[in-house]
Formats: sequence, structure tokens, C-alpha cells
Amino acid sequence: MQKLTRDEIAARVAADIPEGAYVNLGIGLPTLVANHLPDDREVILHSENGILGMGKAPPEDEIDGDLVNAGKQPVTLLSGGSYFHHADSFAMMRGGHLDVCVLGAFQVSENGDLANWHTGDANAIPAVGGAMDLALGAKKVYIMMELFTKSGDSKLVQNCSYPLTALNCVSRVYTDVATFDITPDGVIARDLIEGLTITDLMNLTHLVFINDTLIEG
Amino acid sequence: MIDKVSPSLEEAMSGISDGAVIMIGGFGPSGQPTTLIDALVAQGSKNLTVISNNAGNGEIGLAALLKMKRVRKIICSFPRQADSYVFDELYRKGQVELELVPQGNLAERIRAAGAGIGAFYSPTGYGSPLAEGVESREIDGKNYLLQYPIKADFALIRADCADRWGNLTYRKAARNFNPIMATAAATSIVQVREIVDLGKLDPESVVTLGIHIQRVYCVGGQ
Repeated sequence: MQKLTRDEIAARVAADIPEGAYVNLGIGLPTLVANHLPDDREVILHSENGILGMGKAPPEDEIDGDLVNAGKQPVTLLSGGSYFHHADSFAMMRGGHLDVCVLGAFQVSENGDLANWHTGDANAIPAVGGAMDLALGAKKVYIMMELFTKSGDSKLVQNCSYPLTALNCVSRVYTDVATFDITPDGVIARDLIEGLTITDLMNLTHLVFINDTLIEG
Repeated sequence: MIDKVSPSLEEAMSGISDGAVIMIGGFGPSGQPTTLIDALVAQGSKNLTVISNNAGNGEIGLAALLKMKRVRKIICSFPRQADSYVFDELYRKGQVELELVPQGNLAERIRAAGAGIGAFYSPTGYGSPLAEGVESREIDGKNYLLQYPIKADFALIRADCADRWGNLTYRKAARNFNPIMATAAATSIVQVREIVDLGKLDPESVVTLGIHIQRVYCVGGQ
């Protein structure tokens, strides 16, 4: 049973982002998605610090300290791109104008609650940034994560035990073993990796899934 | 003749006293008014409240001000960074108060102050621990949290070009929090790369209007 690599998960997410979409890719794992968007597909990337039409990292000699992404790493601007201030940038999110937002997660619950900003560790310095705005700032919120923690616990859970970022906001979860659609009727599991059955998946996560093939059949 | 250009940094920074509430623009180093922050560090006022997206890096700028224990409270969205150890230590010892605000609420609260809005409802943060003790309201089937404006005595911001009326243009993503902070402070002080003659800024391209700026200080540079 071969789990997907992070790049393979990113490629799956990228395949579901349509031409013309306005997309925000969160810090960390989601930034990999940009590498898998085909060159002939026009997708417009939004960065929370005030960029629409964000391009790839520049070569070293073209780095510009005034042009960075949400992770404060140097980026470029595509032809047709634009700059705006922070209130406009978050109004764009909050107003539901972005099509897709891709985020990482500590936990997602079966009804789409998201925990991705704080581990709950009393000693941790709290920092939220744009996480709570992004979680409800797009028509579709996609999560990218490995399904299990290092100790084997499922990160897709009945109820999140970590502090919540937002309620009922996740549309789909892409993982290294399957993709899950969060729907009002339940969680649909699909694209299971070879050698993994839906029964295995239910035993490993202690959750009940609707099988994609059963619905379509 | 209106001339908001300060001949010296001391003059640009004058009047900042103990207990002042100060907004500092920038998103990490991008758009950060480093010269004005250094001048604030040198100037000596204490018991300050600082509003800024981040809480400083290393031991320079805002981190230096924190290290000197001159900041009573910081209102920000993302204090934790790879090299934010000065803030981290003060916070753990309870020597600085933190009001953690989601970034979009922080921006909109600053904008609201500049726009004369008494309060507003935002969906951001509902259901999270940051909603504890905050008034909520369901509007058209969706839940919102009551948010109050954030205003300041001073805003320290950075822009690219200014004229003597205080009209400003920005460069690339260095705009970020600067234009909204300029509107939300009683005294807004801007550091710019260049001062141009009145009439040289394209009126269609002016981002911050001179009405919001009280003092301009030219640092030069690239």
C-alpha cells in the first residue's frame, strides 16, 4: 500500500482547480499546489498581504523585499496582477469572492469544522494571522493533510479536540490515502489508494463514510 | 503654504509621550517604517500600546522596543515568528499584554476607526476560542461577532513617494496595513523614499490622500 507523497497530494488538488479560478494557497503544504497547476491553465493566485496575480519565486538577483507572499517569502507579479491594501484584501475573502482556498490542518471534523491555528499547548505562543479569515473566505475550502498523525491517530475526526479555527467551513479534504467530501449527508470517501478498502478506512479513522461508488452506482 | 515635510526625524517624531497608542505599518519587513521605528526606540517613551501585524524580529526595531520593556500591550495577529524570541519571552513571563486579533478583523477594525464606524459584525472567529466573551449575533442565518474599531494617537507608516500635501503612493506589496493605519490615527507620520513636487503624483494613482497625513519624513534610498 503506497501512500501519496506531498507532491502527489498537491497534484490532486491542482487537478481540481478550474481555469479562471481565484485561489488562495495557505502557508506550508498548500503552496506546493502552485507547482502542479498546468502552464496553459489561467488560475489567479491571491495573497492575503495584497496581491492578485501572484507569480512564482524570482531568481535570486531579482528578489524584491517589497514583493513577498503571506509567508514573507519573495514572489513575483504576473502580467495583469495588482496590489491593494489589507482591508481590501480581507474584504475580498470575507465577501466570498475567492473561488478556492487551500489550507493545512491539525484536525477536520466530519461536519467540516477546522482546527489549524493552535495546538492547544498552554506553552505555545498564540498566533492566528489570516487563518480564521481564510477558513470562511472562499466559496470552497480545501484542506491538504496527511490523514494520520505520527502516532497513527486520524486527523479526520468526529469532533475536533484542538482549538477551532472556524465551524462547518471545509468542503473537501485531500490526504495521502483518500479524498473526502464533506457533505450535509455525511463524508464521502473517494480516490482511495490501491490496496485500501473503505472498511479499512472506517476502522482506521473510527468514522462512517459514504462510498463514492455506492452513490454513483 | 502647506508643507507637511519634517526637516528632521526628531521633529517628525515629536509629541509621542508615555502611554501613547501607536500603529506600526508593514507585513513583516515589507512596508515596515524601519527609520521611524528606530527613532521611536531612540526617543524613550514608555508604557506604549502598539498595533502591528507582527511583534518584531530578532532584536531590532519593534523587538528592541519590546526588549526595553516600553510596550505595555500589543494588538496583533501573528506575534510568533521564527526569530520572535524577545516577544515570546516577555509574553511567557507575563510582561507584555497581548490582544490577539485575526488579521482580517484587525484590518477592518483599523479601517472602521478611520471611517467613523462605531462597530461592525464580522463572521471571522465565530466558534473559535477568540469568540469567548464577544457579543455574537445571527444575521440571515449566519453567525457574526461584534467588533469595535481600533484607533491610535500615532501611526508610523511607510510609503514610496509623497508630495508636500502628504499625498502618497506605495510600492508593490509594501502597501499592506499602511493606507488603513494612515486613516485611523490622530497623527500619521510617514517615511518615504522620495518627495516630489506638488502635481507630480498622478491624481489617479494617489493611494493615501494628504488629508490623512500630518508629517512626512524623507529617508531617501532606492
